[in-house]
Amino acid sequence: MIMATTETITTRTPTNATAKSALAIYLLLGIAFGIVLTKSEVLSWFRIQEMFRFQSFRMYGIIGTAVATAALSLAIIKRFHWKALSGEVISIPAKTLGSGTRYAVGGVLFGIGWALTGACPGPLFALVANGVSVMLAAVIAALAGTWIYGLLRQRLPH
Amino acid sequence: MTASVSGSWPWYIAGPIIGLFVPALLIAGNRVFGVSSNLRHLCSAIAPGGLEYFRYDWKREGLWNLVFLLGILLGGFWAGHSGAGYDIAISAETKAALAKLGIRDFSGMAPHEIFNWHALLTLRGFVCVIVGGLLVGFGTAYAGGCTSGHAVSGLASFQLPSLIAVFGFFAGGLAATYFLLPLLFS
Repeated sequence: MIMATTETITTRTPTNATAKSALAIYLLLGIAFGIVLTKSEVLSWFRIQEMFRFQSFRMYGIIGTAVATAALSLAIIKRFHWKALSGEVISIPAKTLGSGTRYAVGGVLFGIGWALTGACPGPLFALVANGVSVMLAAVIAALAGTWIYGLLRQRLPH
Repeated sequence: MTASVSGSWPWYIAGPIIGLFVPALLIAGNRVFGVSSNLRHLCSAIAPGGLEYFRYDWKREGLWNLVFLLGILLGGFWAGHSGAGYDIAISAETKAALAKLGIRDFSGMAPHEIFNWHALLTLRGFVCVIVGGLLVGFGTAYAGGCTSGHAVSGLASFQLPSLIAVFGFFAGGLAATYFLLPLLFS
């Protein structure tokens, strides 16, 4: 059975006024994230190699504390019923499991790409900005990879 | 503090800050932290090619994330050009393992021997940059997320699909590190 699950793109429509000011917030948060990616060295090919060779705790410490902090924040948001600036109730849409194939196979393929380029999508872009100009070719290749997925999606098991 | 601004940040500072992007984006507009969706949004904006996967209102769904991505570029540029260039302090074992593969230059963010435009014409440069990039784009689209979407947002919200994906990331990364790289560099 080959069945492509429809990708759930969450339709959320903020009002125009909040949309504009929110864009400024996203820009500032993005700038902060670009700085963190650089200063944490997670965009270093060498650091990724060190991680996959289990030769330093650093990357595991970063990912582990990031997950713990995010999970704790989500618990606080839930407990105190915090709302988004737009007034919406905050929610993270659940991912559909399906057969799980897409997560396992897609995950392995991305993992190979992560080790080869030494970069996941955020760092891929941040590296270009950092001055590793050849990563522009990797960004274009990544766009091509996503496009190829779009082309083959109906024929892939999900 | 000044030292930490110009150099690298310890993991126990960097990790929690990365984690805080999840609540920050939720509070800013109920958005889920995840960078790889931008590859889809960019395809949809530039070359949808009539494919169903790219037929949606990318501005409405993805403009916020593309603006976030623009910020990553600005922040990455600023952080990358403000501090003095320094060698990343990777462990001696990693240096020894990489030296066995023929990597001698440990300066910068990625080995210059592989990550430069001329090296794209060599097998290892082509595989690391082009094939690696293709797999990042294809794999994240297929898996529906990357390190930020699955490993951080997904695991923090206890989603089983994300746990499967993260196991996949590591299985693929280990395979590439222990089998593919030695083949490419022998």
